Amino acid sequence: MSKINFLKPDKSNLNTFLYIGSFLFFISVLDVLLNSFFSLNITGFLPGFISFLLPLILGFIGLYFIRIELSGIKQLDLLNKHINTNNFNAILSLLIIFIILKSIPPILSWFFVDASFAGDSKDVCTGSGACWTYIKVWMRRFMYGMYPNGEQWRINLSFIALALLGSVGYFATDKFKKYLTLYYVVIYPFIAFLFIFFFISGGPVFFDFSYGIIAAILSLIIGFFIPSKFKFYYFLIVPFALYVLLKYFIFFEEYIELGKLDGLNWVETGAWGGLSLTFIISFFCLIFCFPIGMAFALGRRSGFPLIRYISIGFIEFWRGVPLITVLFMSAVMFPMFLPADFFIDKLVRCIIAISLFEAAYVAEVIRGGLQALPRGQYEAAKSLGMGYWRMHIFVILPQALKLVIPGIANTFLALVKDTPLIFVVGLLEIVGMLNLAKTNPEWLGFAMEGYVFAAIIFWIICYAMSKYSYNLEEKYKTDR
Amino acid sequence: MNFKLKDIGPQLITVIAVVLVFGFFTYNAQVNMENRGIDFGYGFLSQESSFDVQFSLIEYDGSHSYFRAYLVGLLNTILVSVIGIILATILGVIVGIARLSPNYLINKFAAFYVEFFRNIPLLLQIFFWYFAALRALPLPQDAEPMFGISFLTIKGLFVPAFIWQNFNIFFYSIIAAIIAIIVIRIQAKKLQETQGKQTPVLFISIGLILILPLLSFLIGGVRLSFEIPVLKQLATTSFIYEGGVSLPPELIALALSLSLYTATFIAECVRAGIQGVGKGQKEAAASIGLTPNQVLKLVVMPQALRIIIPPTTNQYLNLTKNSSLAAAIAYPDLVLVFAGTALMQTGKAIEIVSITMFTYLSLSISISLLMNWYNKKIAITEK
Repeated sequence: MSKINFLKPDKSNLNTFLYIGSFLFFISVLDVLLNSFFSLNITGFLPGFISFLLPLILGFIGLYFIRIELSGIKQLDLLNKHINTNNFNAILSLLIIFIILKSIPPILSWFFVDASFAGDSKDVCTGSGACWTYIKVWMRRFMYGMYPNGEQWRINLSFIALALLGSVGYFATDKFKKYLTLYYVVIYPFIAFLFIFFFISGGPVFFDFSYGIIAAILSLIIGFFIPSKFKFYYFLIVPFALYVLLKYFIFFEEYIELGKLDGLNWVETGAWGGLSLTFIISFFCLIFCFPIGMAFALGRRSGFPLIRYISIGFIEFWRGVPLITVLFMSAVMFPMFLPADFFIDKLVRCIIAISLFEAAYVAEVIRGGLQALPRGQYEAAKSLGMGYWRMHIFVILPQALKLVIPGIANTFLALVKDTPLIFVVGLLEIVGMLNLAKTNPEWLGFAMEGYVFAAIIFWIICYAMSKYSYNLEEKYKTDR
Repeated sequence: MNFKLKDIGPQLITVIAVVLVFGFFTYNAQVNMENRGIDFGYGFLSQESSFDVQFSLIEYDGSHSYFRAYLVGLLNTILVSVIGIILATILGVIVGIARLSPNYLINKFAAFYVEFFRNIPLLLQIFFWYFAALRALPLPQDAEPMFGISFLTIKGLFVPAFIWQNFNIFFYSIIAAIIAIIVIRIQAKKLQETQGKQTPVLFISIGLILILPLLSFLIGGVRLSFEIPVLKQLATTSFIYEGGVSLPPELIALALSLSLYTATFIAECVRAGIQGVGKGQKEAAASIGLTPNQVLKLVVMPQALRIIIPPTTNQYLNLTKNSSLAAAIAYPDLVLVFAGTALMQTGKAIEIVSITMFTYLSLSISISLLMNWYNKKIAITEK
């Protein structure tokens, strides 16, 4: 056994250093652990300042002793490599370990141990923890806003139906795969629109909804017999035309008669709210902002100067102003621009405003993808005799969109995170409902629980979206 | 002439469509305003505003004009944006570098911070800080002093005020120091390029910026004293601090949430920038005998900054635009004071909303022009 130099731990006295070092490290972690979980202070006999710093000092010395390069012990080498490379890193690691240990007990006790779950009134919330009873009692309001309790099955049913219809792509066989784009771009939004505005909104117009379904199904069936050359134009026009035909010409008489019968109760959009409204707004804005953004991205790259300048003006205008002023504009200024007897619903105005706003961001993202494509792609497509639209639809856009999946996902995430701003026009989605609930005199003082609840929901939605976009990116990654 | 119908047609149709839409809107606006008896014009800006603003950087009360109210709002917006930008940059750079740390714990901690704060809507964060977290602060009479001079209470943060004598001399001394530093830098660069001599520019710069203001204290008659806030009783249970500077809780909540939120994006920009500098660059620089500091200063940072600065400026712009969420917690910024209160009082929707939008628009366009100029300046000149 060679001489031990405590200032220079080395391999020759490996075991000595290992025992002393890990003992000191263990003591320091144990001290903090006992302190935070059982409020015991084993170093309480020391003066306050030293007692406070002691775990850090002990841990630091311990980590210093076990910092031996190439010790031959796999775990030790791994530990040294990851959290203990030098003095500075050792202190930072210790601080982070202590912060985590210190913050676990208060968080656990607030969330679970001292929290109250049972009951349905404020009286049960006497503990120091969270009052989840508040969330439980207000759950329906947070999910559905002021939508009447008896009618909420309509929202649930619509969402389930739309989710099922939306998942069709996973079950489609190869034969139907080529129609999927068409389905998602034209038919699905159309059905969704019918669901939202006639089923959730309700009233005598409910029967419009059945016409919409009939029109969609009929046009799909006929669509199989249309030569593929005209299919695109067919699906662009016929479903809508069928719908108008059914509504205004064929069932017109019955429509009025049935409307007086037992339809669904009409629920005005002002009463919609909560998380379902967040979903509705995000869904429609997603659908609308993408094609608008694509059009302006192409416009900005167009060879026609006038179209280019108009596109640049549009994009830079929306990107330069905050969304809140856009919503202000849609609320107070936009009605001035319309004929006096022409009324657009508040929710629709909101959706238009957010869609145009986000479209500008989508346009910039897509432009980035278009610019990133090598010129050879354009030239090759042109040399095959393709025109502008063919070139873009079959060659340029598929590649460019693949490149900008992360950017588009970020824009969509920003959109979802922007939906709470609709409080400006008086629509209350989940955050707005929280602010309303918090001012209820019977439930004062539970702001924290509400915000934590909403934060968890939004975090899950956004995190899932970003992970999904990452998967998409991996899936469509092609080497060039 | 090579005018072709094929070229003119689409443009003509687009222009006609745009003109028609705008014409339709203007016509309706005229008709509507005539019907409601509203006249269009910006004359109201000089009228007496007759409303009060809680917090303003310049002297303002109800007897001032609407234009003054606009300035109050604009200055408050700029104040919260500047505070937010400074805090977000500091935090973002630290977190961005921490994301690249070889230390597993630090790395994961930074990643957790980024994933946590950027997936929660900013408005929710502002509400959280304002309505939940800052409401848990002590009342003014119970507040513990921080460093004995400032007090963080439920009614805001109270910090000492600086009271200057002969402030302009101090200001000129700083300007003189900056000019001297720029001149020395240019000279040093010339010296390096012509004779290969290196001047310790950094030490000279630090010395200048310390010594010149110090001289202004010693010779120029500049005096600085502090006014420390003092607790004052208004009624039996109502206390407030007087003297010093008071920052309202709205400002604190807003600046805090804006910087915490934006810092996550800046952190990602910083990380991408440093990762974007190829490993070969560092190795090449080391192999021609540069010291690690020189490698960082002369090779890595110039290249990393080229990647970092454009998206970071974008984030600064976003922060400035997001500061308009102040309206939700009644911090008197441009949107709340002007597009809120002033609009309610005058009913001049078109004028006020257009002024507000134009303000934000000119702010962001001027910054993006500056950015384009800077980008062009630092871009790699390819041969």
